[in-house]
Amino acid sequence: MANRHTKLGLSDQEVLDIYKSMLLARKVDERMWLLNRSGKIPFTISCQGQEAAQVGASFALNKEKDYVAPYYRDLGIVLSFGMTVRDIMLFAFAKAEDPNSGGRQMPGHFGQKKNRIITGSSPVTTQVPHAVGFALAAKMEKKDFVSFVTLGEGSSNQGDFHEGLNFAGVHKLPVITMVENNQYAISVPLHKQIASKNVSVRSVSYGMEGITVDGNDPLAVYEAVRDARARAIAGEGGTLIEAVSYRFTAHSSDDDDNYREKEEIEQAKKQDAIVLFANYLREEKILTVELEKKMTAEINSIVNEATDYAEEAPYSMPEDTLKYVYED
Amino acid sequence: MPIMSYIQAITLALREEMLRDDKVFILGEDVGKKGGVFRATDGLYDEFGEYRVLDTPLAESAIAGVGIGAAMYGMRPVAEMQFADFILPAVNQIISEAAKTRYRSNNDWSVPITIRAPYGGGVHGALYHSQSVEAIFANQPGLKIVMPSGPYDAKGLLKAAIRDNDPVLFFEHKRAYRLLKEEVPDDDYVLPIGKADIKREGTDITVITYGLCVHFALQAAEKLAEEGISTHILDLRTVYPLDKESIIKAASKTGKVLLITEDNLEGSIIGEVAAIIAENCLFDLDAPIMRLAGPDVPAMPYAPTMEKYFMVNPDKCEKAMRELAEF
Repeated sequence: MANRHTKLGLSDQEVLDIYKSMLLARKVDERMWLLNRSGKIPFTISCQGQEAAQVGASFALNKEKDYVAPYYRDLGIVLSFGMTVRDIMLFAFAKAEDPNSGGRQMPGHFGQKKNRIITGSSPVTTQVPHAVGFALAAKMEKKDFVSFVTLGEGSSNQGDFHEGLNFAGVHKLPVITMVENNQYAISVPLHKQIASKNVSVRSVSYGMEGITVDGNDPLAVYEAVRDARARAIAGEGGTLIEAVSYRFTAHSSDDDDNYREKEEIEQAKKQDAIVLFANYLREEKILTVELEKKMTAEINSIVNEATDYAEEAPYSMPEDTLKYVYED
Repeated sequence: MPIMSYIQAITLALREEMLRDDKVFILGEDVGKKGGVFRATDGLYDEFGEYRVLDTPLAESAIAGVGIGAAMYGMRPVAEMQFADFILPAVNQIISEAAKTRYRSNNDWSVPITIRAPYGGGVHGALYHSQSVEAIFANQPGLKIVMPSGPYDAKGLLKAAIRDNDPVLFFEHKRAYRLLKEEVPDDDYVLPIGKADIKREGTDITVITYGLCVHFALQAAEKLAEEGISTHILDLRTVYPLDKESIIKAASKTGKVLLITEDNLEGSIIGEVAAIIAENCLFDLDAPIMRLAGPDVPAMPYAPTMEKYFMVNPDKCEKAMRELAEF
């Protein structure tokens, strides 16, 4: 009997790679909290609880062609699209070599042209029209790429969400929008953010497919994004995907998280995708004890090396403040 | 050389750039089939097709934001805001995104977009079809703001804006569209962004202004010349960032400076021009810096009496210029 991932056309090695990417994102994220709490970096903002959605989606995209417009929690996406752990640590330490911003932006504001990761800002949802613009370019230039944009469920209330998706819908543009519904927009829970039964139902007004998937299941997200990409490339337009999971950490390192019950968080952690997916891979005898040990050691060494490198790396010169306002 | 109106010069610049580079495309409300509410894109839809002259949904933040995305990809979008007054829903996209993209990405990404918008009053447009909005954007490093005063400049500057690798806001005075006509070469010339231009040489007083007010000042200068008053007129052309060198030179030349804008006075472009002159020309000045501007009311009223009261015109320019000359 074929197992779930084989039915989706994924090899054992591919699901192992998905798991490894999820675990890597989690471990990098955990390291950043340590660095923040020990006073070494001023700020961090987390992906924890959303790795399955981020990595599952990334593996369904074409990493050589597609453009991604991530939001600040998307460590799993940018790592999957070729940003290195060293790059992430340079960003966290705000060092000159940081490829996202040269130490100009707060961590999480990703961007790296060579990997087709579109630069982002802090005002939420502005990236949605940008992704639509990339998709418009794909249609105009007759190129076979899609743009993939993510945001939180609170951000789906912004005007740019409506304006962007409506534009994409009217012109049937190849853009995949994935709302990572982690149940909270800082302190405000989902039921105080939206009145509709879910986020994906909003797709109806944009004349595009909408689907809500279990964001703790990387294979379910993979399938949804894979199908969305196929439709987009076939000229059938965009898709709105809602990946439902739970935010395990506070909003950021500056948030005390006192607005939700500890029990609620503990309950949600029972659905931790890293644990569940590891169990699946063990049951399928793909993830062995030996392999797990090796993987953990490798990730630890990558994270350690990156941390040390970034900590030692130089800052920008003060007068670099003046560079790159306009083209030189 | 053909005589062309301001709006014909705009259309010609767009057409020439679209022929030169197939990455150039237009997007906005009613720009396609209709050719724009002012007909700035007249004929381009038929010539270039629906995706080079794209009718967008009525949503300004998307017009700017989708344009920004396409520009980051490598296209050359020319976005049209139907009226400058309606640019406000797009301000987040323009200021948080377009202006900051190059800087925030440490020169990795850039946004070569041009955003055109008709501004200005004197057309019975009332509060929301008459405003000057340049001051909103004029302290946002990363943006360039170009405001041509006549057809010749409009063509050369619009072509430069489209070729510029940074975001340019291009404000066209809607009353100038059909009022101003002059010789416009049909060859491929571009004018430099960031450079002011002397529109009249003179020795007694200096007027520094931009947009339609240049035309008013020129008319007033003609009259004053009959009285023996010689006026030097500097057209800012680019109102952000300002051409400091040309401002200092023009102010120092006569020592008597009148600054004119159609915008409300307080916080306007000419306040910064005054600061530049005050910092650099103190010992060359023979009179206090004088300013002529719209009154500090929210916007221009509809009734002809009040509209006329608000607007700068050649008579108001002449009066202020004479007063300055006589100081």
